[in-house]
Amino acid sequence: MGEIALGQYYPSNSILHKLDPRVKFIGTIVYIVSLFLVNTWIGYLFCAGFLIVMVILSRVPFHFILKSMKPVFFILVITMLFNLFLTPGEPVVKFWIFTISDQGISMAVRMGARLTLLVMGSSIMTLTTTPNALTDGMERLFSFLKVIHVPVHEISMMMSIALRFIPILAEETDKIKKAQIARGADFETGGLIRRLKSMVPLLVPLFVSAFRRANDLAMAMEARCYHGGDGRTQMKPLRYAGRDYAAYAILAAYLAVCIVFCWRHL
Amino acid sequence: MPSIIKAVKLGFDYVKYSEESETPEHVSAIRGIDLSVKRGDFIAILGHNGSGKSTLAKHINALLVPTSGTMWIDGIDTSKVEELWKVRQKAGMVFQNPDNQIIGTVVDEDVGFGPENLGVATEDIWSRVDDALSKVGMLGFRDRSPNKLSGGQKQRVAIAGVVAMHPDCIVLDEPTAMLDPNGRREVLEVIRDLNEKEGVTVLLITHYMEEVVFADHVYVMDQGELVMEGTPREIFSQVETLKKYKLTVPQVTELAYELKAAGVKLPDGVLTRQELVDALMPAADSGKVEA
Repeated sequence: MGEIALGQYYPSNSILHKLDPRVKFIGTIVYIVSLFLVNTWIGYLFCAGFLIVMVILSRVPFHFILKSMKPVFFILVITMLFNLFLTPGEPVVKFWIFTISDQGISMAVRMGARLTLLVMGSSIMTLTTTPNALTDGMERLFSFLKVIHVPVHEISMMMSIALRFIPILAEETDKIKKAQIARGADFETGGLIRRLKSMVPLLVPLFVSAFRRANDLAMAMEARCYHGGDGRTQMKPLRYAGRDYAAYAILAAYLAVCIVFCWRHL
Repeated sequence: MPSIIKAVKLGFDYVKYSEESETPEHVSAIRGIDLSVKRGDFIAILGHNGSGKSTLAKHINALLVPTSGTMWIDGIDTSKVEELWKVRQKAGMVFQNPDNQIIGTVVDEDVGFGPENLGVATEDIWSRVDDALSKVGMLGFRDRSPNKLSGGQKQRVAIAGVVAMHPDCIVLDEPTAMLDPNGRREVLEVIRDLNEKEGVTVLLITHYMEEVVFADHVYVMDQGELVMEGTPREIFSQVETLKKYKLTVPQVTELAYELKAAGVKLPDGVLTRQELVDALMPAADSGKVEA
């Protein structure tokens, strides 16, 4: 088992990579909102244009962004087909029991465009931000939830520890698997049920070891004076730089244009 | 000068619920431990598995509080809850498994974890991290993922993580048990450097005899009690007693012991190869080796 790619971060030194994770998170949300605001061809073209500029700025090769479409491709096709055949309106093509209306075509294309842009837009965030930076950004963004006693710091600490231990546990799974195979376990053949059953001798030792690790780690954290988020300082605190404010300004302008599109039905 | 670590009649009992028996069983992991460690000393604690040495170590860091007796770190009673974080800052602890004590996903973030918890200002954290990483010789690895480091390197990062908290003493609980010989040497060099150059009090818990040769003072534990104490030479000259506690002496000491038993005139407690050579050469000159 090689190195496991966590998330889909693409290392580079572009302006988007350097942006504060909070800006990118908010930017993604703004972009998603904008996709639901606009409803016209010009609007979609504008959103697509914005995305293309972002892709160029991110210096991520385009096929990486296309790859993010893979898991949702099936959903995309089904959505488009349903819209194509089931939207009532002026029939354009008719064969057997299927009717394709002109509204159907336009609806299908618009839904397809919306979904494609949505997935690609959010993939830019995950491609240009390390999972850790993203966790940090979310901790800061959602820190207002502390008021209603949501343990924001603790959740973010859990997420970053999980990120650190995923490769370790994956390696361990591999080791246990090999040890079981060496003693005659069979993980490869048989039906679904049989293969699921064969996972039990893999999962039990894995869980035991994960709990032991958790126990050790908790002790090590306490030994290093960890006592939750109160009174804790940060080594790498998130600080907005000039470019982050500029990015917020651009986002605001972008959103304003989209609102105008929506309002004027352009 | 007051001692940095002081224990009087220290004992720790716990209740064990075993699967076989219905009634819980009272186990005393350590009992009647008297300990006094001078600032700047290099102390080694030896003992085979289950001798209570790890339990003792956890008392120094206040991860465990004694059920009887008292432990003081730099004059602070470790059982005082309000002083807990002060005790843990003064007495840093390094554990056996390097993977299970590294919290950060990047080396320098992990070293910064302790100072962050102490509430150190951001700029000071950076200077502490730089300083700690250079002391363990890992400054060049600051941007790496800990998962990509060797065992010895990980353990050095873990030591840096403790050093960055500016402790008065560092307790290392079998830090080399999971390392290969190279990693073990790296880690030991770092520990000796910290002790000699930085004057940090070191308490090394181990069952590798070779590692305690450089200690100022050695304690041997067996079944929860301190059974021997003295300089490495004093300890290693009692080969038979050590064997009784299921400990083996370093190879050189063992060889010298066997030679002596066979009639060669040698001093007790030979610790290093050089000492053995020096001790043997005049003996060889006067022809007593053949005798």
